[in-house]
Amino acid sequence: MNTVTLNDRSLSVVMDAPETEVIPTPAAPTRRTPYFETESGKRFLEGTLNLFRNAIPPVLGIALFVALWALIANTGGKIPGPAETWGAAIALFSDPFYDNGPNDQGIGWNILNSLTRVGIGFGLAAAAGIPLGFMIGRFAFLNQMLSPIIGILRPVSPLAWLPIGLLVLQKAEPASIWVIFISSIWPMVLNTAAGVQRIPQDYMNVARVLNLSELKVFTRILFPAVLPYVLTGVRLSIGVAWLVIVAAEMLTGGVGIGFWVWDEWNNLNVAHIIIAIFVVGIVGLLLEQGLMLVAKRFSYE
Amino acid sequence: MQNYVQIENAGMVFSTRKGRFTALTGINLNVGQGEFITLIGHSGCGKSTLLNLVAGLLDASDGVLLLANKEIKGPGPERAVVFQNHSLLPWLTAFENVHLAVEKVFGGRETRAQLKARTRAALDLVGLGHAAAKLPGEISGGMKQRVGIARALAMEPKVLLMDEPFGALDALTRAHLQDELMKIVAATESTVIMVTHDVDEAVLLSDRIVMMTNGPAATIGEILGVDLPRPRERLQLAHDPHYSALRSQVLEFLYRRQMRPQEAA
Repeated sequence: MNTVTLNDRSLSVVMDAPETEVIPTPAAPTRRTPYFETESGKRFLEGTLNLFRNAIPPVLGIALFVALWALIANTGGKIPGPAETWGAAIALFSDPFYDNGPNDQGIGWNILNSLTRVGIGFGLAAAAGIPLGFMIGRFAFLNQMLSPIIGILRPVSPLAWLPIGLLVLQKAEPASIWVIFISSIWPMVLNTAAGVQRIPQDYMNVARVLNLSELKVFTRILFPAVLPYVLTGVRLSIGVAWLVIVAAEMLTGGVGIGFWVWDEWNNLNVAHIIIAIFVVGIVGLLLEQGLMLVAKRFSYE
Repeated sequence: MQNYVQIENAGMVFSTRKGRFTALTGINLNVGQGEFITLIGHSGCGKSTLLNLVAGLLDASDGVLLLANKEIKGPGPERAVVFQNHSLLPWLTAFENVHLAVEKVFGGRETRAQLKARTRAALDLVGLGHAAAKLPGEISGGMKQRVGIARALAMEPKVLLMDEPFGALDALTRAHLQDELMKIVAATESTVIMVTHDVDEAVLLSDRIVMMTNGPAATIGEILGVDLPRPRERLQLAHDPHYSALRSQVLEFLYRRQMRPQEAA
């Protein structure tokens, strides 16, 4: 803050100055500056204001959504409203890890089981898809060889793979992992390949002039250059995997969030179905945001 | 002068979608050890192509290229290249970028400590010892280009190839780096082949200026010996009539004998 202290000299300067000069406002010297007028106070005020300004649109959006939901619930009668669902959710999450046999387990177990399946299927897809993407990107022959097959297989609906999985693997559990695998592998393959193909020729020229070994080319040039593309693929893949798990579990059964939805439909417990929808959405969002953080950590631009 | 780099009747033909394109034809050039050669010509005259032939990044369609009486086959660290756009790896620090080259060339023979000392010495040579830990994104364009030069020099190449190394820099930075390059080359007695489109740069730095005719099917039009004594001082040369005469000879070649082709083609 500019506090102006007046003494004889500064006063005389003010007095002698022509009328057009800016006259300093005489501040009361004894008053302590209030907190909200200090630099840190202003920053605090500014920050809080910005926080509110940024929070208003999403909060408003959620409020409108809930209001619309309440409206529909009131008119239709079959769909439970927000308050009822909230109550059911609190009851449900107050004991998430109970276990009353295979068909009646807590919501926590269901989520963890689904995440495990996604983790295994997605992990296998990454282990196979990322190296495959590197090879497709590096060798044009392989690219031309595989691109028609990928072109045909990629748009196939994930659940169309389920019967093949059941036939070959005989059991429901590995079959649903297979569905996750086959539907989440493509974004990783394609993004990795695109990343390898887009490596600037300059970097490869450096590798050639230095005569780097294939291993050094991979660790020092290919891998770091392609990493951001790989992470984009991983992010898209995990989204697909989480999308697919609900549908796969509905068909295969077992403990999991997808089967739980179907089970609650058979129980006609609609509030639980709505809770499941939110749970699926929130877990998917968290997975994606987590990977975004990882991706930001590794971007060198 | 002993012929160190020998280019005999070299030609380069690219096969493009529109058919065969002859970029270079009948190139004959001998470069002595410790000589500083610049290649100058209008854009599209194939001067970078010629440099890439010596670097081994391209294979000549005709003729032979020799370095120290051995045929040039493919790129290699004994012909280090300073690229126009520095081509530093953005995920490695200045030190790591240089070290990658040092490790490759001397890794088999020297200890880790010696390799690190070499890397530091190369960065010190270009005056960037203090910026060793910086990533390329954190330093200026001139500094990046100096790291590129350090990387090339650290390999102790037989020939230093430079492809318009200062083309993307502002005039003041360029002049500064030219002066530094002259000092470094004098100290290391390097053999240099440099592509440029800057007449002043060519006259200031070169022992001989190789002037190229316009493409397609470009070749060497004229070679001008620059017999100005070294060390050369930029400010003194500005008033030197012999410097001006050499400069106008290059300009004469570029703008009268090889008028820039109209952009119609």
